[in-house]
Amino acid sequence: MIENRPIDTFVSHAVLLAGIAIVMFPVWITLVAASHDAARLLQIPLPLGLGDQFFDNLKHVIGEGVNNSVSLGIMLFNSLVMALMIAFGKIAISLLSAYALVYFDFRFRMMFFWMIFITLMLPVEVRILPTYEVVAQLNMLDSYWGLSIPLIASATATFMFRQTFLSVPDELLEAARIDGAGPMRFFFDILLPISRTSIAAMFVILFIYGWNQYLWPLLITTDKNMYTIVMAIKQMMEALEETPQWHYIMMTAFLAMIPPVIVVITMQKLFVKGLTETEK
Amino acid sequence: MSHVILKAIEKTYPNGYKAIHGVDLEVEDGEFIVLVGPSGCGKSTLLRMVAGLETITDGEVHIAGRKVNELEPSQRDIAMVFQNYALYPHMTVYKNMAYGLKNLGTPKDEIEQRVNDAARLLEIDGLLDRRPKQLSGGQRQRVAMGRAIVRKPTVFLFDEPLSNLDAKLRVQMRLMIKTLQTDLETTTLYVTHDQVEAMTMADRLVVMNDGIAEQIGTPTELYDKPATLFVAGFIGSPAMNFVDSQFAEEGKSVLLNNLNLPVIQKIETDVTEIVLGFRPEHIELNDQGPIELVVDIIENLGVESIIHAHLKDSSISIVVRQTESLIVPKGEIIRAHIPAQKLHFFDKNTGKSLE
Repeated sequence: MIENRPIDTFVSHAVLLAGIAIVMFPVWITLVAASHDAARLLQIPLPLGLGDQFFDNLKHVIGEGVNNSVSLGIMLFNSLVMALMIAFGKIAISLLSAYALVYFDFRFRMMFFWMIFITLMLPVEVRILPTYEVVAQLNMLDSYWGLSIPLIASATATFMFRQTFLSVPDELLEAARIDGAGPMRFFFDILLPISRTSIAAMFVILFIYGWNQYLWPLLITTDKNMYTIVMAIKQMMEALEETPQWHYIMMTAFLAMIPPVIVVITMQKLFVKGLTETEK
Repeated sequence: MSHVILKAIEKTYPNGYKAIHGVDLEVEDGEFIVLVGPSGCGKSTLLRMVAGLETITDGEVHIAGRKVNELEPSQRDIAMVFQNYALYPHMTVYKNMAYGLKNLGTPKDEIEQRVNDAARLLEIDGLLDRRPKQLSGGQRQRVAMGRAIVRKPTVFLFDEPLSNLDAKLRVQMRLMIKTLQTDLETTTLYVTHDQVEAMTMADRLVVMNDGIAEQIGTPTELYDKPATLFVAGFIGSPAMNFVDSQFAEEGKSVLLNNLNLPVIQKIETDVTEIVLGFRPEHIELNDQGPIELVVDIIENLGVESIIHAHLKDSSISIVVRQTESLIVPKGEIIRAHIPAQKLHFFDKNTGKSLE
C-alpha cells in the first residue's frame, strides 16, 4: 500500500528518529566517556563530545587491566568462549530434542514435550543454589564447563526448532525414505540444511543471551582468569575505596558491546529470514 | 508372472477408521495401472502402502516376487513421484536426482552417467545446476520424474503428479509420462482423480470407491460394461444418465417414465427396482424417435454441444451430447432414440450391473 500523506510521513519519521535517539544516546555517552581522561569526567557538566584520550584508554585497558584485574583480552576471550559454548550447546541439544519430538513416535511424547516446556519457568536465577551445589560437586567451578553447561538446556530453542520441523512437508521425509535415507541421514542431509536460517536466527539470540550472562559467572568464578567481561564491569565499579575510574569502565563497556554487534550485523540477513521465512 | 500383487489388502488407522476394505490386484510386468476415484476413496492410501509409507493392516503386497510387507520403502525397489514434487529445496537438480543413488553407494561416475541420461531424456539437462526454487512447475515435475528414473526401479509410483500443473501443461506431461513409461517398460501404478487422465494413460484402471475396488479393467471395458452404478457414473463426461425404472412386458422391454424401450435380449433377474442408464453421447436425435425431450439449456462447445433437457411430462432430467453444434430455443421439444444395445441396467439396491 503506497500512500502519499506528508503529515503521516513526517510523524512516522519523527517517531523513528526519537526511538533511535533514545537507543543510541547511552551508547554515545559510553563512547564519549571512554575518550576522555579521569579528571574531565569528574567535572560538571559531563562532556557530550569526543575527547582525545580514546586510544590511550584503550591501550591501558587492554594492556594492564583495570584495578589490578586481569587484562581485558582474557575477559573478552572468556566471554566469547562461554557465549559460543552456550549457543552451540543449546542449538545442538535443542535440535536433537526437537527432532525426537517431531519425527519419532514414542510413549509419553507429549509429556516430554510439556516437561521441556515447563523448564521455561526455571531459568538459572530460580534454581541458582541447587545448580551451584551440583556444579561445585562436579568440580566445575572456575571452568568453562561450569560457566556454560548449566545454561545449555533450552526450552525456547527446542520449541522454535519444533515449529520449524513441523513446517517441513511430510513428503520430504517420505521422498528421503524412498531414497534410502535413514533417520540420521535425513537429519544431516536434509533437515539441517533446510533449517539453516532458523539455526542462524537462534544462534544470534543465544549468543547474545550467553554473552550477557551476569549472575551465574559472578557466582561460580573466583579465579580472576575466569572472569567474563560483563561481570567484570560491575567489579570495577565496586573497586575498593577508590573513585570509580569511569573512563576505563566505559571503555570496557564499549568493548563488551562489540562482539554481539558483530554477530548481529554479520548474521542479520539470515536472522530475519529465519524468523520470517515460511516457505521451506 | 505378475509383477505387483496385492492380496486382500486392508488398512485400518489407529483411530479405527477403515480406509481400505480388502483390495486384490495383479499387475503384469510393464503394465500401466491407474487407480482412480473421488477424493477420500483410499487410492492414495493404497499406493502409499505399496510404497511402504503406510503400514499394511492386513493382506500381502508382493513386488517382483518378493513379499515386501515388512520392508523399508528404499528396499522395495520402487520410486515415487509426489503431487507437490517433494524436491529437496537446498540441493541442486543434479543432487536431487543423485541423492538416492548416492545413498545406495553407487560409484560416482555411474551416478553422473545415469543422471545425465535421465536429464537428457526429460530435457532438463540445462537445469542441472539450478535449485528447485528457480524452476517452473513443469520443470520441477520433470526433476521429480528424473529422480525416479535414475534409480531404475522395478515399479514407478505416481501420486497425482499432475494436479499442481495448469491445464495445458497437464496434457503435455500426460503424454510425456505415457511415452516414457512405454519406452522404459516399467510397471507403473498411477493415482489420479481425473478420469480423463485415467482413461488416456491406463492399460488397466482400478476404480476405487470407499476403500473398495469397484471394478478393474481396460478403459474400453469400463466404458462399455461398467460393473456398478458408481463406475458407470464416474467414467465418462458428461456423466451417464440414470433413471429409476423397471422391466416390463416380462422382461422384453424397460420403462423410461411411461415409454417402453425394447431390450436386446431378455434379462433373467428377479430384481424389480432397477436403474436404467444410458450415456449422453448414445442418445440419437431423430425426428421419428419415441422419446420427447424438452430443452432446458444448451452448452455449445463448437466441436460438440451438450443439451440439458427433461422428459416431457416429467421432471427426469436427461443430458444429451451431440457432435455437431445445435441451436434450439429453451422449451422446444426434440425427439430422440436410444439404441437398445446402449442401455445399461443396474440393481437399484446393490448398484450392481444386471448384464
